[in-house]
Amino acid sequence: MPKLIFGVLAILVLAVISLFIGVSDVTPMSLFSSSPEDRPMQVLLISRIPRTLALILSGSALAVAGLLMQMLARNRFVEPGTAGTVESAIFGILLITILWPASPLLAKMLAATVTALIGTALFMQILRRIPLRSTLMVPLVGIMLGGVIASVTDFFAYRLDLLQTLGTWQLGDFSAVLRGRYELLWIGALLVGIAWYAADRFTVAGLGQDFTTNLGLNYRRVLTLGLSIVAMVTATVVVSVGTIPFLGLIVPNLVAMAVGDNARRAIPWIVLLGAGFVLICDIIGRVIRFPYEIPIGTVFGVIGSALFLYLLLRRRPADA
Amino acid sequence: MIRTQAVSRAYGDALVVDNVTLDIPAGGVTSIIGPNGAGKSTLLSMVSRLLDMSAGTVTVDGLDVTRTPSDVLARRLSILRQDNHVSARITVRDLVAFGRYPHSKGRLTAQDRHQIDQAIAYLDLGALANRFLDELSGGQRQRAFVAMVLAQDTDYVLLDEPLNNLDMKHAMGMMKLMRQAASELGKTVVLVLHDINFASWYSDYIVAMKHGKVAAQGAGPEMIRPEVLSEIYEMDIKVHEIGGQLISVYYG
Repeated sequence: MPKLIFGVLAILVLAVISLFIGVSDVTPMSLFSSSPEDRPMQVLLISRIPRTLALILSGSALAVAGLLMQMLARNRFVEPGTAGTVESAIFGILLITILWPASPLLAKMLAATVTALIGTALFMQILRRIPLRSTLMVPLVGIMLGGVIASVTDFFAYRLDLLQTLGTWQLGDFSAVLRGRYELLWIGALLVGIAWYAADRFTVAGLGQDFTTNLGLNYRRVLTLGLSIVAMVTATVVVSVGTIPFLGLIVPNLVAMAVGDNARRAIPWIVLLGAGFVLICDIIGRVIRFPYEIPIGTVFGVIGSALFLYLLLRRRPADA
Repeated sequence: MIRTQAVSRAYGDALVVDNVTLDIPAGGVTSIIGPNGAGKSTLLSMVSRLLDMSAGTVTVDGLDVTRTPSDVLARRLSILRQDNHVSARITVRDLVAFGRYPHSKGRLTAQDRHQIDQAIAYLDLGALANRFLDELSGGQRQRAFVAMVLAQDTDYVLLDEPLNNLDMKHAMGMMKLMRQAASELGKTVVLVLHDINFASWYSDYIVAMKHGKVAAQGAGPEMIRPEVLSEIYEMDIKVHEIGGQLISVYYG
């Protein structure tokens, strides 16, 4: 518990740093010396605070979604980005953008949730049918499935001249986050709360269907609840800020090394580490070419793939 | 009592369990023996509602296992299958604690904690309690799974080849524990066993299966006879009495 408090403090420090980075002159001093109607305070309220909150909310929710996927697929290397979930969500957004160009963000999110759920369920079905469930086979299948769905999306986007719009969902970027455009992410926080409340069920499901049934739980129901949370989290994040590759994979794996997979114990750490990772990567992306920005998807892609390789190579025989 | 009535399970055209009607008495240790592919594990899985039946009914103390709510059944009957591949990184203590889930739904009481400590002690896991499952050997993991099932504290305990991966000392310890659970705590223990000498030494009742059917059943001495065993396993098996126990010899 004291360690968790330390973790919360670290996130708060990162959040404060995140608030005061940017082109516009917002410093604690300028905030005090100007009136609330002046530019510094307005920038803080309209742009900076929403951005920092969006980072924390999406980072923690995506990381928890990764944990749930790993529990339910019973594989260390699965996350929404390697299970076809993200690609399905993007497909859903494209679909509703074509059918209803002026659709509000909420409608886009709901469409993305539905397609993400279908895509992830399809992935789980394929897994059941693979005779040899080698550890690395599972994410490879997910990446292939995602590739197929993404190519369909690309085809339609290309034909309808929507490729540029598509890019905003494919690559995580928080530079456009403003008040009024990120609030959907609070749904992610609610879903994380539900996941934590049902944590024992997910840990039990991670032991397998037989263990789950033996303990009197309905495996299908736990699976449905978990996949619904994963689909909704993915949809809200993709709609609001785009995807952050590897986040849901790396954070739960790092936490598992330290405190294990018992979701009740792991979720608080995953929330903190997910938020921390995203805050740090966003800060790097904002200062490395100041005053320009590198999208967080790119920063995390570089750091994330290096960490992913490390996780792959340090794999113990027992995981196989 | 566990009662199966005309229970069958088919995979395509193959009947793995073929019209089995069987009463497993309450109390005591019952062992199910038989050659590979006889349908022992499949039967056990159907009795414990892990696998749907193609036909027939199973009742446990009169409760139909397919109709009784799963969480009600989980307080009556526990099952551990063979070959449990658990990749989740959880500690032995956490795993055993999940055995209490049907009773506590995740909010452990002092009574729950007592049961967990007891199960850990019974299986000699005290020194390993805070280790992660993926850091254990196959035999240690097997003991942790059995400890979880014991913590579940059900009247009926079904174990599919619980001696898998265990060395002689722990295999014997496991069987003694099952005997103790039956005689001191009044539990009904049903085991699928491959080693007929373990079955002979520790069981009250033995059921032999072959080709999906019950080939023979009875108390230990009725079953551990050369003509019965040779028929079931289709090989020459001699039985000797050593120290008042019937021991089968089938080497060579």
